[in-house]
Amino acid sequence: MGKIDVYPTTAWSAGTGCHGGCGQNLFVEDGKLVKVEGNEDHPWNQGRSCPRALAMTQYVYHEDRITEPLIRVGERGEGKFEPISWDEALDYCEEKMGAIRDEHGAESVIFVQGTGRDIGGPITFLAYSYGSPNWVQLGLSGHSCYTPRLGAMKTTLGEFAVADCSQFLEKRYDDPEWEAPEYIIVWGQNPPNTCPDGFYGPWIVDCMQRGSKIISVDPRNTWMSTRAEYHLQIRPGTDGALALGMLNIIIEEGIYDKDFVEKWVDGFDAIKERAAEYPLDKVAAITEIPAADIQAAARAYANAKQAAIQWGVPIDMCPDGTAVAHAISCLWTVTGNIDIPGGQVIAKPAFGVTAYPFSSEELVELYGKDLVERMNEKRIGADIYPMYKHFRGWASPDVTIEQIETGNPYPIKGAWIQTANVIGGQAARAKFHYDAMKKLDFVAIVDLFHNPTTMALADIILPAATFPEKNSFRSWWTPMDSIKKRVQVGECRSDWEINFELAKRFNPEGLQRWATVIDYFDERMEPSGMTFDELDAKGGWAMSPEGPGRPYRRHEKGHLRADGKPGFNTPSGKVELYNKSFESWGMDPLPFYTEPPQSEASTPELFKKYPLVMITGARSNLFFHSEHRQIPWLREKEPDPTVEIHPDTAKEYGIYDGEWIHLENDMGHIKRKALISLKVKPNHVQTLHGWFKPEAEGAEPNLFNVWDYQVNQIIPGPQASKSGFGGGQYKTTLVRLAKISEGGA
Amino acid sequence: MAKYGILIDTDFCTGCHTCEIACQQEHDYPVGLNGIKVTEYEYKLANGKVKIDCLPFLTDLCDLCMGRQAEGERPSCVKHCQTACMKFGLTSDLSAEAATRPRAVLYTHTPK
Ligand code: SF4
Ligand code: SF4
Ligand code: SF4
Repeated sequence: MGKIDVYPTTAWSAGTGCHGGCGQNLFVEDGKLVKVEGNEDHPWNQGRSCPRALAMTQYVYHEDRITEPLIRVGERGEGKFEPISWDEALDYCEEKMGAIRDEHGAESVIFVQGTGRDIGGPITFLAYSYGSPNWVQLGLSGHSCYTPRLGAMKTTLGEFAVADCSQFLEKRYDDPEWEAPEYIIVWGQNPPNTCPDGFYGPWIVDCMQRGSKIISVDPRNTWMSTRAEYHLQIRPGTDGALALGMLNIIIEEGIYDKDFVEKWVDGFDAIKERAAEYPLDKVAAITEIPAADIQAAARAYANAKQAAIQWGVPIDMCPDGTAVAHAISCLWTVTGNIDIPGGQVIAKPAFGVTAYPFSSEELVELYGKDLVERMNEKRIGADIYPMYKHFRGWASPDVTIEQIETGNPYPIKGAWIQTANVIGGQAARAKFHYDAMKKLDFVAIVDLFHNPTTMALADIILPAATFPEKNSFRSWWTPMDSIKKRVQVGECRSDWEINFELAKRFNPEGLQRWATVIDYFDERMEPSGMTFDELDAKGGWAMSPEGPGRPYRRHEKGHLRADGKPGFNTPSGKVELYNKSFESWGMDPLPFYTEPPQSEASTPELFKKYPLVMITGARSNLFFHSEHRQIPWLREKEPDPTVEIHPDTAKEYGIYDGEWIHLENDMGHIKRKALISLKVKPNHVQTLHGWFKPEAEGAEPNLFNVWDYQVNQIIPGPQASKSGFGGGQYKTTLVRLAKISEGGA
Repeated sequence: MAKYGILIDTDFCTGCHTCEIACQQEHDYPVGLNGIKVTEYEYKLANGKVKIDCLPFLTDLCDLCMGRQAEGERPSCVKHCQTACMKFGLTSDLSAEAATRPRAVLYTHTPK
């Protein structure tokens, strides 16, 4: 037995799968990771951990990990691959992608990722160096993954804001400046099960232990919602009506923060008028929440000295998710909860450091004018959806898949897929995606394990590294963290390394100033005054010093605007609730409610046939989306895909607990094990997404049994909002239950 | 008499499974063996509302992480608990502390 060295690092996918941010210690013996433990010196988690971080040794050394580059030797889908060297693999990608670019243009290769995490930097680096403007979360209808919320915040507030759980202060809960929120509205999220969007879920529980009371907006009974002072058991997809209804109560009853509104809000009268279109009885009828509860919750939130909102992806997944996010951001604005202790704190990346450039000037400098022109002219969906054109650099997933199918207005010939199991994961209409993507001439996939997507589509697979195996850095929001490589597994390489090397082949001029990825990190980290190694030597994390990077009340101190004047970073200097950006993009400048595309009201005939609302996409603390089913310690705790069914509903269908059944609609059916539970209402069922069986046969037609379990194959589309951001029917698809004996199969 | 024990604040156990994996990792237990097992309770209240509570149980396999104690470390489950609802200590101290909590369970435990 050798000596065990302990190295602090930061968990950020791959491995835990999550959006990361916690400090974990790596125990390394003879070059091998032998244990992972929480780092007590890291302010984020203060020593705590989670199942996926603690099971990392089983992940890192799993016998199924892909540990060398693989090239397909049989037909697509046959599952026949052979190892090749990195040089051969990169030559192959360069040649194939180069040929597509020569013949069709760089826009004919799409760059596909799953949910954000650590991939935005490396994947855009490669896409833009190659020259393609088409960077996309393919399959995720409406890009309904934080982008709608980010868009609503940036255009009203000029910033982003998050629930204040003291995360911007080193001393955390002990910092005398911080106060616990009196109330936290936990809106469409289950914090004990998830660390989303730069946020450690259990911080909410920490706040509860320090006195915060909960208002839960959740269609289900959960650990959190059953402890809430008010549980608003909302009908899925109607969050926009609830937000506007609460806003109306707060304005009508005059319990908003008049001082704040007077000084800092633009468009209050317009908002007031719009909210008045959502009187209490109407909202109660739409949302199926008792009117008295809505009223009491709105009053509790507004009357609190400080209150916060922690929101989740169901908001994005409402039809017109951007408008819903806009409505919710009105709530924290009119109540004056912005950038105050225990309110909605303005979130800035530590030291202003970002992992990758997004301003046009920087893009031109690195990738040339052509790329920026192509981003404006060729980016898929930018000509159809105003927000795609004006907010961030995404291509539209809904339009992209249609374009692969039709070849209009130009053909899509290749895909670079990294951190995404499109077929077994995010793709609504999964089978349509499968069929369309089969037509691509070239598919490269970077991953750690085989999954339905690698099996069905890959021509070449490049093995990615886990977080203990890679160099990376993180500045989402705070602290800024270093992630330093401590072990090597097979020939795996980090996403940064893989993309950096290939990007240099496509763009030798733009990228020549960096010899290694560390050089690049050092340049990005310059505003902090530290290099990557210096940060690591200091323990691996650092927060912004006193000033614009730190809370609170920065709008009063002149910390938000380039001109140094008090106010918000918007043209008017105020929070623009009447959203002038939306207006100039041809969108409604005020928030509004849209009925889900399938429901008793919008599709009464369909509802007669399929009377149950299927909620998907909840989080298990054991799995991240479609990952981790092969990790023994995790799978043991949740071996099968289940569906929660209310006892009355189970009785009506004659279904017993533990019975394997089908959920079905006009798109098909999937298999689930019935879990009879009081967590759901009688007219709802809830089931987890991302299921396939890594232990089953991978070659086609089986694809790890994905077509038995992939819930997104019965979710219709395309379903993007009018703005392009928001939508998808992940929470609102109508289904019915069927016994397997009767339903066939 | 059990010298040491683990106190659980039952209001704040979310059923997150972290303690279970912490124990399995610490002892290198394969699937099927564990020093701690978490159960979820789903029940109705008199007013018809539903309540969901969770609680871990220490099994015969729990050795209170003796090896870690020697190093001055807390038991792995206690250290890693996502909501910090577990506390390790002398049963005498913990029973006094339990009395100050609205709802708690104190496991006195003697490793077998
Ligand atoms: S889920 Fe949370 S605790 Fe677990 S690794 Fe990710 S950030 Fe850390
Ligand atoms: S104290 Fe140690 S042995 Fe006992 S349950 Fe916790 S981790 Fe397992
Ligand atoms: S780690 Fe803590 S919160 Fe999670 S299940 Fe165990 S005791 Fe409960």
